[in-house]
Amino acid sequence: MKILPKTDSAPSAGLAEPLAVFSALLALLAISASTTLLPPSAWKGPAGLLIAAAKAALIVTFFMRLRSARGLVRVFAAAGLFWLAILGALILADYLTRA
Amino acid sequence: MRPDPAAIPPSAPAENLTDHLGMWAFLATEVLFFGGMFVAYTLYRSVYPEAFRFGAQTMEFGLGTINTAVLLTSSFLMACADRLLPTRRRAWTHACFAGTILLGVTFLAIKAFEYHSKVTHHLVPGPGFQNHSGVPTLQLFFVLYFAMTGLHAAHMVAGLGVITWVWRRYAKASDPAQAASPVAIGGLYWHFVDCVWVFLYPLFYLAGR
Repeated sequence: MKILPKTDSAPSAGLAEPLAVFSALLALLAISASTTLLPPSAWKGPAGLLIAAAKAALIVTFFMRLRSARGLVRVFAAAGLFWLAILGALILADYLTRA
Repeated sequence: MRPDPAAIPPSAPAENLTDHLGMWAFLATEVLFFGGMFVAYTLYRSVYPEAFRFGAQTMEFGLGTINTAVLLTSSFLMACADRLLPTRRRAWTHACFAGTILLGVTFLAIKAFEYHSKVTHHLVPGPGFQNHSGVPTLQLFFVLYFAMTGLHAAHMVAGLGVITWVWRRYAKASDPAQAASPVAIGGLYWHFVDCVWVFLYPLFYLAGR
Protein backbone atom coordinates (compact mmCIF):
# COMPACT_ATOMS: atom_id res chain seq x y z
CA MET A 1 0.00 0.00 0.00
CA LYS A 2 1.21 3.48 -0.78
CA ILE A 3 1.97 5.97 1.93
CA LEU A 4 -1.08 8.15 2.25
CA PRO A 5 -0.63 11.77 1.21
CA LYS A 6 -1.12 14.36 3.90
CA THR A 7 -3.10 16.53 1.54
CA ASP A 8 -6.14 14.22 1.59
CA SER A 9 -9.31 16.13 2.21
CA ALA A 10 -12.65 14.86 3.44
CA PRO A 11 -14.78 13.32 0.68
CA SER A 12 -17.91 15.11 -0.34
CA ALA A 13 -18.55 15.22 -4.10
CA GLY A 14 -19.80 11.99 -5.66
CA LEU A 15 -20.91 10.43 -2.40
CA ALA A 16 -24.29 12.12 -2.10
CA GLU A 17 -26.02 9.42 -4.15
CA PRO A 18 -24.53 6.39 -2.30
CA LEU A 19 -25.31 8.12 1.02
CA ALA A 20 -28.96 8.72 0.03
CA VAL A 21 -29.32 5.11 -1.15
CA PHE A 22 -27.70 3.81 2.05
CA SER A 23 -30.12 5.87 4.17
CA ALA A 24 -33.05 4.47 2.20
CA LEU A 25 -31.71 0.92 2.67
CA LEU A 26 -31.46 1.37 6.44
CA ALA A 27 -34.94 2.90 6.56
CA LEU A 28 -36.34 -0.11 4.65
CA LEU A 29 -34.53 -2.47 7.05
CA ALA A 30 -36.06 -0.61 10.00
CA ILE A 31 -39.55 -0.92 8.47
CA SER A 32 -38.97 -4.60 7.75
CA ALA A 33 -37.74 -5.33 11.29
CA SER A 34 -40.54 -3.34 12.92
CA THR A 35 -43.22 -5.46 11.22
CA THR A 36 -42.38 -8.11 13.85
CA LEU A 37 -44.03 -5.82 16.42
CA LEU A 38 -47.36 -6.02 14.58
CA PRO A 39 -49.87 -8.79 15.27
CA PRO A 40 -49.65 -11.89 13.01
CA SER A 41 -51.03 -11.32 9.52
CA ALA A 42 -50.95 -13.11 6.19
CA TRP A 43 -49.61 -9.88 4.63
CA LYS A 44 -46.38 -9.81 6.64
CA GLY A 45 -44.64 -12.45 4.49
CA PRO A 46 -45.33 -10.77 1.14
CA ALA A 47 -44.58 -7.35 2.68
CA GLY A 48 -41.16 -8.58 3.88
CA LEU A 49 -40.34 -9.87 0.40
CA LEU A 50 -41.59 -6.66 -1.22
CA ILE A 51 -39.30 -4.61 1.03
CA ALA A 52 -36.42 -7.01 0.19
CA ALA A 53 -37.13 -6.50 -3.53
CA ALA A 54 -37.08 -2.71 -3.02
CA LYS A 55 -33.71 -2.97 -1.23
CA ALA A 56 -32.28 -5.18 -3.98
CA ALA A 57 -33.58 -2.77 -6.64
CA LEU A 58 -31.80 0.14 -4.93
CA ILE A 59 -28.54 -1.83 -4.68
CA VAL A 60 -28.68 -2.99 -8.31
CA THR A 61 -29.74 0.38 -9.72
CA PHE A 62 -27.33 2.63 -7.84
CA PHE A 63 -24.53 0.66 -6.13
CA MET A 64 -24.17 -1.64 -9.16
CA ARG A 65 -24.65 1.35 -11.50
CA LEU A 66 -27.29 -0.28 -13.68
CA ARG A 67 -29.02 3.09 -14.00
CA SER A 68 -26.12 4.49 -16.01
CA ALA A 69 -25.18 1.19 -17.70
CA ARG A 70 -25.48 0.52 -21.43
CA GLY A 71 -28.57 -1.24 -22.74
CA LEU A 72 -26.64 -4.43 -23.44
CA VAL A 73 -25.41 -4.61 -19.83
CA ARG A 74 -29.00 -4.19 -18.63
CA VAL A 75 -30.11 -7.03 -20.91
CA PHE A 76 -27.45 -9.29 -19.37
CA ALA A 77 -28.62 -8.28 -15.89
CA ALA A 78 -32.27 -8.96 -16.72
CA ALA A 79 -31.52 -12.32 -18.35
CA GLY A 80 -30.74 -14.07 -15.07
CA LEU A 81 -33.99 -12.90 -13.50
CA PHE A 82 -35.93 -13.91 -16.61
CA TRP A 83 -34.49 -17.45 -16.54
CA LEU A 84 -35.19 -17.65 -12.81
CA ALA A 85 -38.80 -16.61 -13.42
CA ILE A 86 -39.18 -19.45 -15.95
CA LEU A 87 -37.57 -21.95 -13.55
CA GLY A 88 -39.75 -20.88 -10.64
CA ALA A 89 -43.00 -20.57 -12.55
CA LEU A 90 -42.79 -23.98 -14.21
CA ILE A 91 -41.74 -25.83 -11.04
CA LEU A 92 -44.28 -24.13 -8.78
CA ALA A 93 -47.06 -24.49 -11.39
CA ASP A 94 -46.97 -28.24 -10.75
CA TYR A 95 -47.16 -28.11 -6.95
CA LEU A 96 -49.50 -25.15 -6.59
CA THR A 97 -52.10 -26.52 -9.04
CA ARG A 98 -52.34 -30.00 -7.49
CA ALA A 99 -55.80 -30.71 -6.16
CA MET B 1 -3.84 -5.46 -46.59
CA ARG B 2 -6.53 -5.25 -43.98
CA PRO B 3 -5.34 -5.42 -40.39
CA ASP B 4 -6.25 -8.44 -38.35
CA PRO B 5 -8.99 -7.24 -35.93
CA ALA B 6 -7.70 -9.61 -33.26
CA ALA B 7 -4.30 -7.93 -33.40
CA ILE B 8 -5.72 -4.50 -32.66
CA PRO B 9 -5.38 -3.74 -28.96
CA PRO B 10 -8.86 -3.06 -27.55
CA SER B 11 -9.60 0.44 -26.45
CA ALA B 12 -10.20 1.10 -22.76
CA PRO B 13 -13.99 1.59 -23.07
CA ALA B 14 -14.31 -1.67 -25.06
CA GLU B 15 -12.34 -3.55 -22.39
CA ASN B 16 -14.50 -1.96 -19.74
CA LEU B 17 -17.71 -3.06 -21.48
CA THR B 18 -16.36 -6.59 -21.92
CA ASP B 19 -15.44 -6.76 -18.22
CA HIS B 20 -18.91 -5.63 -17.19
CA LEU B 21 -20.72 -7.97 -19.59
CA GLY B 22 -18.58 -10.87 -18.39
CA MET B 23 -19.36 -10.21 -14.74
CA TRP B 24 -23.08 -9.70 -15.37
CA ALA B 25 -23.18 -12.99 -17.34
CA PHE B 26 -21.48 -14.71 -14.39
CA LEU B 27 -23.94 -13.11 -11.98
CA ALA B 28 -26.82 -14.43 -14.13
CA THR B 29 -25.52 -17.96 -13.50
CA GLU B 30 -25.27 -17.10 -9.80
CA VAL B 31 -28.90 -15.95 -9.81
CA LEU B 32 -29.87 -19.39 -11.12
CA PHE B 33 -27.52 -21.09 -8.63
CA PHE B 34 -29.20 -19.40 -5.65
CA GLY B 35 -32.54 -19.29 -7.47
CA GLY B 36 -32.91 -23.06 -7.41
CA MET B 37 -32.61 -22.94 -3.64
CA PHE B 38 -35.10 -20.09 -3.33
CA VAL B 39 -37.56 -22.11 -5.42
CA ALA B 40 -36.97 -25.15 -3.16
CA TYR B 41 -37.64 -22.93 -0.13
CA THR B 42 -40.89 -21.61 -1.65
CA LEU B 43 -42.01 -25.11 -2.54
CA TYR B 44 -41.32 -26.71 0.85
CA ARG B 45 -42.70 -23.76 2.76
CA SER B 46 -45.99 -24.01 0.84
CA VAL B 47 -46.16 -27.74 1.58
CA TYR B 48 -44.94 -27.63 5.24
CA PRO B 49 -45.87 -24.15 6.56
CA GLU B 50 -45.74 -25.22 10.23
CA ALA B 51 -42.11 -26.37 9.99
CA PHE B 52 -41.04 -23.01 8.54
CA ARG B 53 -43.09 -20.96 11.01
CA PHE B 54 -41.66 -22.83 13.98
CA GLY B 55 -38.14 -23.00 12.56
CA ALA B 56 -38.02 -19.24 11.88
CA GLN B 57 -39.01 -18.60 15.51
CA THR B 58 -35.82 -20.34 16.66
CA MET B 59 -33.69 -17.84 14.68
CA GLU B 60 -31.84 -15.03 16.49
CA PHE B 61 -33.88 -12.16 15.03
CA GLY B 62 -31.64 -9.46 16.56
CA LEU B 63 -28.45 -10.97 15.18
CA GLY B 64 -30.05 -11.41 11.73
CA THR B 65 -31.13 -7.75 11.70
CA ILE B 66 -27.69 -6.53 12.86
CA ASN B 67 -26.03 -8.68 10.22
CA THR B 68 -28.28 -7.20 7.52
CA ALA B 69 -27.27 -3.69 8.61
CA VAL B 70 -23.59 -4.76 8.68
CA LEU B 71 -23.77 -6.09 5.12
CA LEU B 72 -25.69 -3.06 3.78
CA THR B 73 -23.04 -0.79 5.33
CA SER B 74 -20.28 -2.90 3.79
CA SER B 75 -21.93 -2.57 0.39
CA PHE B 76 -22.26 1.18 0.91
CA LEU B 77 -18.54 1.49 1.68
CA MET B 78 -17.69 -0.53 -1.44
CA ALA B 79 -19.86 1.85 -3.51
CA CYS B 80 -17.98 4.76 -1.90
CA ALA B 81 -14.61 3.20 -2.77
CA ASP B 82 -15.79 2.89 -6.38
CA ARG B 83 -16.93 6.54 -6.48
CA LEU B 84 -13.81 7.89 -4.74
CA LEU B 85 -11.39 5.92 -6.92
CA PRO B 86 -11.03 8.51 -9.73
CA THR B 87 -10.42 11.29 -7.18
CA ARG B 88 -7.16 12.03 -5.41
CA ARG B 89 -8.64 11.10 -2.04
CA ARG B 90 -6.58 7.97 -1.71
CA ALA B 91 -6.72 7.77 2.08
CA TRP B 92 -10.52 7.82 2.02
CA THR B 93 -10.61 5.22 -0.75
CA HIS B 94 -8.28 2.95 1.26
CA ALA B 95 -10.47 3.47 4.34
CA CYS B 96 -13.56 2.42 2.35
CA PHE B 97 -11.85 -0.78 1.17
CA ALA B 98 -10.71 -1.54 4.73
CA GLY B 99 -14.21 -0.87 6.09
CA THR B 100 -15.80 -3.10 3.43
CA ILE B 101 -13.53 -6.00 4.41
CA LEU B 102 -13.83 -5.39 8.16
CA LEU B 103 -17.63 -5.45 8.00
CA GLY B 104 -17.56 -8.55 5.78
CA VAL B 105 -15.48 -10.33 8.43
CA THR B 106 -17.85 -9.04 11.14
CA PHE B 107 -20.79 -10.53 9.25
CA LEU B 108 -19.06 -13.93 9.08
CA ALA B 109 -18.16 -13.78 12.79
CA ILE B 110 -21.80 -13.13 13.74
CA LYS B 111 -22.89 -15.92 11.39
CA ALA B 112 -20.38 -18.30 13.01
CA PHE B 113 -21.79 -17.40 16.44
CA GLU B 114 -25.29 -18.21 15.18
CA TYR B 115 -24.14 -21.55 13.76
CA HIS B 116 -22.48 -22.37 17.08
CA SER B 117 -25.76 -21.66 18.85
CA LYS B 118 -27.57 -24.08 16.52
CA VAL B 119 -24.93 -26.74 17.20
CA THR B 120 -25.28 -26.40 20.99
CA HIS B 121 -29.09 -26.62 20.67
CA HIS B 122 -28.76 -29.77 18.50
CA LEU B 123 -30.51 -28.11 15.57
CA VAL B 124 -28.03 -29.23 12.91
CA PRO B 125 -29.70 -31.70 10.51
CA GLY B 126 -28.43 -35.25 10.93
CA PRO B 127 -28.47 -38.10 13.47
CA GLY B 128 -27.97 -35.69 16.41
CA PHE B 129 -30.93 -33.45 15.52
CA GLN B 130 -33.25 -32.99 18.50
CA ASN B 131 -36.81 -32.02 17.62
CA HIS B 132 -38.88 -30.92 20.62
CA SER B 133 -41.38 -28.96 18.55
CA GLY B 134 -43.82 -31.70 17.65
CA VAL B 135 -43.47 -30.62 14.00
CA PRO B 136 -42.06 -33.71 12.24
CA THR B 137 -40.65 -31.85 9.21
CA LEU B 138 -38.74 -29.22 11.24
CA GLN B 139 -35.41 -30.69 10.11
CA LEU B 140 -36.23 -29.73 6.53
CA PHE B 141 -36.27 -26.05 7.53
CA PHE B 142 -32.77 -26.37 8.98
CA VAL B 143 -31.51 -28.24 5.91
CA LEU B 144 -32.50 -25.21 3.81
CA TYR B 145 -31.24 -22.76 6.45
CA PHE B 146 -27.75 -24.26 6.53
CA ALA B 147 -27.64 -24.87 2.77
CA MET B 148 -28.71 -21.34 1.80
CA THR B 149 -26.90 -19.33 4.48
CA GLY B 150 -23.84 -21.62 4.17
CA LEU B 151 -23.71 -21.08 0.42
CA HIS B 152 -24.06 -17.36 1.01
CA ALA B 153 -21.26 -17.43 3.61
CA ALA B 154 -19.03 -19.26 1.11
CA HIS B 155 -19.72 -16.46 -1.37
CA MET B 156 -18.83 -13.94 1.33
CA VAL B 157 -15.45 -15.65 1.84
CA ALA B 158 -14.86 -15.58 -1.93
CA GLY B 159 -16.01 -11.95 -2.01
CA LEU B 160 -13.54 -10.99 0.71
CA GLY B 161 -10.80 -12.51 -1.46
CA VAL B 162 -12.01 -10.52 -4.48
CA ILE B 163 -12.18 -7.22 -2.56
CA THR B 164 -8.72 -7.80 -1.05
CA TRP B 165 -7.37 -8.45 -4.54
CA VAL B 166 -8.91 -5.32 -6.11
CA TRP B 167 -7.75 -3.25 -3.12
CA ARG B 168 -4.22 -4.50 -3.76
CA ARG B 169 -4.57 -3.61 -7.47
CA TYR B 170 -5.64 -0.10 -6.46
CA ALA B 171 -2.82 0.26 -3.93
CA LYS B 172 -0.21 -0.80 -6.48
CA ALA B 173 -1.53 1.32 -9.37
CA SER B 174 0.38 4.51 -10.06
CA ASP B 175 -2.71 5.85 -11.87
CA PRO B 176 -6.06 5.04 -10.15
CA ALA B 177 -7.68 4.67 -13.60
CA GLN B 178 -5.71 1.41 -14.04
CA ALA B 179 -7.67 -0.11 -11.15
CA ALA B 180 -11.07 1.36 -12.05
CA SER B 181 -12.38 -1.65 -13.97
CA PRO B 182 -11.24 -4.35 -11.47
CA VAL B 183 -12.71 -2.34 -8.58
CA ALA B 184 -16.03 -1.87 -10.39
CA ILE B 185 -16.20 -5.57 -11.33
CA GLY B 186 -15.23 -6.74 -7.82
CA GLY B 187 -17.84 -4.37 -6.43
CA LEU B 188 -20.54 -5.92 -8.64
CA TYR B 189 -19.83 -9.32 -7.07
CA TRP B 190 -19.86 -7.90 -3.53
CA HIS B 191 -23.15 -6.08 -4.07
CA PHE B 192 -24.71 -9.21 -5.58
CA VAL B 193 -23.81 -11.23 -2.47
CA ASP B 194 -25.42 -8.44 -0.43
CA CYS B 195 -28.61 -8.73 -2.54
CA VAL B 196 -28.83 -12.47 -1.82
CA TRP B 197 -28.72 -11.81 1.93
CA VAL B 198 -31.39 -9.12 1.59
CA PHE B 199 -33.78 -11.91 0.52
CA LEU B 200 -32.50 -14.50 3.02
CA TYR B 201 -33.26 -12.12 5.91
CA PRO B 202 -37.10 -12.07 5.59
CA LEU B 203 -37.25 -15.75 4.61
CA PHE B 204 -35.39 -17.04 7.66
CA TYR B 205 -35.64 -14.33 10.32
CA LEU B 206 -39.03 -12.70 9.74
CA ALA B 207 -41.14 -15.73 8.75
CA GLY B 208 -43.63 -16.57 11.47
CA ARG B 209 -43.03 -13.38 13.49
